[in-house]
Amino acid sequence: MPGELYERISQDIRFTEGLTACMNCGICTAICPAAEFYDYDPRSIVTTVQSGDEKTLKDLLESETIWYCGQCMSCKTRCPRGNCPGQVIQVLRKVSQETGAFTKSRKGRQQLLIKDTVGKNILKYGYCIYPATAYPEKHPEQGTVWKWVFENSHEVYASVGGNYQGKGPGTLRKIPREALDELHRIFEYTGGINLFNKIEEHSRKKALELGFRKENADPDMEVYTRFVENEQ
Amino acid sequence: MKKTAKIKWADFNKEIADDNYYYLRSCIRQNFFPGSEKAFLDILRHNLHKTIFDDASHTTCAGIGYHADIVTFETLQTIAARHFSLMNERGIPSAVVSCITSFGIYSEILATWEEFPEEKEKIRAYLKKATGREFEVPENVVHSCDIIYKFRNEIAAQMKSPLINQKTGKPLKIVDHIGCHYSKMFPERGVGGAEFPKVLTGMITAWGGETVDYPERRHCCGFGFRQYLVKSNRSYPMSNSKKKFESMAPYKPDAILANCPGCTMFFDRWQYTLGQIEGKTYGEDGNGIPVLTYEELAGLVLGYDPWKLGMQLHQVDVEPFLDKMGVQYNPDDKYKGLNGKYINQPDFSGCLKV
Repeated sequence: MPGELYERISQDIRFTEGLTACMNCGICTAICPAAEFYDYDPRSIVTTVQSGDEKTLKDLLESETIWYCGQCMSCKTRCPRGNCPGQVIQVLRKVSQETGAFTKSRKGRQQLLIKDTVGKNILKYGYCIYPATAYPEKHPEQGTVWKWVFENSHEVYASVGGNYQGKGPGTLRKIPREALDELHRIFEYTGGINLFNKIEEHSRKKALELGFRKENADPDMEVYTRFVENEQ
Repeated sequence: MKKTAKIKWADFNKEIADDNYYYLRSCIRQNFFPGSEKAFLDILRHNLHKTIFDDASHTTCAGIGYHADIVTFETLQTIAARHFSLMNERGIPSAVVSCITSFGIYSEILATWEEFPEEKEKIRAYLKKATGREFEVPENVVHSCDIIYKFRNEIAAQMKSPLINQKTGKPLKIVDHIGCHYSKMFPERGVGGAEFPKVLTGMITAWGGETVDYPERRHCCGFGFRQYLVKSNRSYPMSNSKKKFESMAPYKPDAILANCPGCTMFFDRWQYTLGQIEGKTYGEDGNGIPVLTYEELAGLVLGYDPWKLGMQLHQVDVEPFLDKMGVQYNPDDKYKGLNGKYINQPDFSGCLKV
């Protein structure tokens, strides 16, 4: 009998879309860039999910392996049955975050970092990536030219016809207040804020569990964040 | 055994609206290739005489957050529905999407709604509750490279600098990279699907250039969303891009052309990073292989100033490519801002400090 976790996974519409009777041919693993880089095997993940076994599913949600997928979706192109293991991964990651299982793995714990960067950019600026928060010290790979753009952003963007933080339309315009308010309400009503809160809440529990505690007994999230950033 | 073609090019000729577009901008393209979005609008309006509306009120599609798993599918769909509502308000039937991640997002949402109409109704209720808005699905949703591809011959007719090496008289050799989310998930929504990647090579050949079908042509750039966003995961994207550079370098390409703003940026930046880490470069004379957006390539062909196109924002120097093409530019203008005022300049550009 499928257990609670399988029920939860199978209720996601992307699971219905992404998986119909995998025949374990392994083409997804053959084409997968993540399988080439990590010890990662989408075929076996799909097999585990298909088994519906509660204990194995719990282990999977707490594992490193579900965080290796790069979401390129090359698996979708090649699967002879039209399945999409990358989409199954999305569902597993969602359930892992909702249940707190993500804090059991090093890669899973990184969700806090993404929520605190991309999530903040979306709600504060209306962009996933934003010049003012793409700090060169956090992005050494961005090189010397990005550092120049970052340090001279208004002049550089204006020189190529941009409208950085300006009113009206154009590249990198300031998103109007009413539009940002609508975006916030969408996050609120569709479970977006709730997911952010879950990530935060479970990360705080993990911080305490690991002993990252302030004098007043609250979790020390600054220290925990640095720990997660540098965890090897 | 008799061989029959299972998949035909004719099955992947998508419909691309002819005029009257609503522009949905890209987070990554605006940050890193701001001149390309400006050029796209200029080319459409001034060279192709099309109508396109640039709306201040649309926001991110949140696609990067979605594929990095911090944004729910319900939130994602409702943001898309809000964008459709903005289009409906203006009476514009066709969306042109600048970002490949966004294009994949819209493709996924529209496919989901076709298969599960009840999901669309759920999102309709969410949007109404959150914003009071209603929406209808647009008649046509394409990526902005589809538009340039559609009008490649009209652009060729106005060409000032063809893709010909002015010193040798031979076609410039350009390798392409098509972003995974353009057509790997929903092949029927991309020109040529996943098997006939023609949307960029069609432009290159129409403008006089030559293309190379290098072995790792369809391999992912490696973005990987969370694999790039988290600093300690970045060896994943870098390794994937390196695999591609190693595969294309033996063909000595004059440039790389990509339709995804993320892929374009990563190919530009990882060449610099690999130069710094390994001292190895993949282009000529210690430079990397210049990486171009299709808006930049179209702009150069049409005679636009490379600095107005924003090509000084590339880490890999583009001047070797401009020189081969015979593009006229003033090197002293590279770091000039508005009114010709000097902005300051990077410590160095290119892959290695020489």
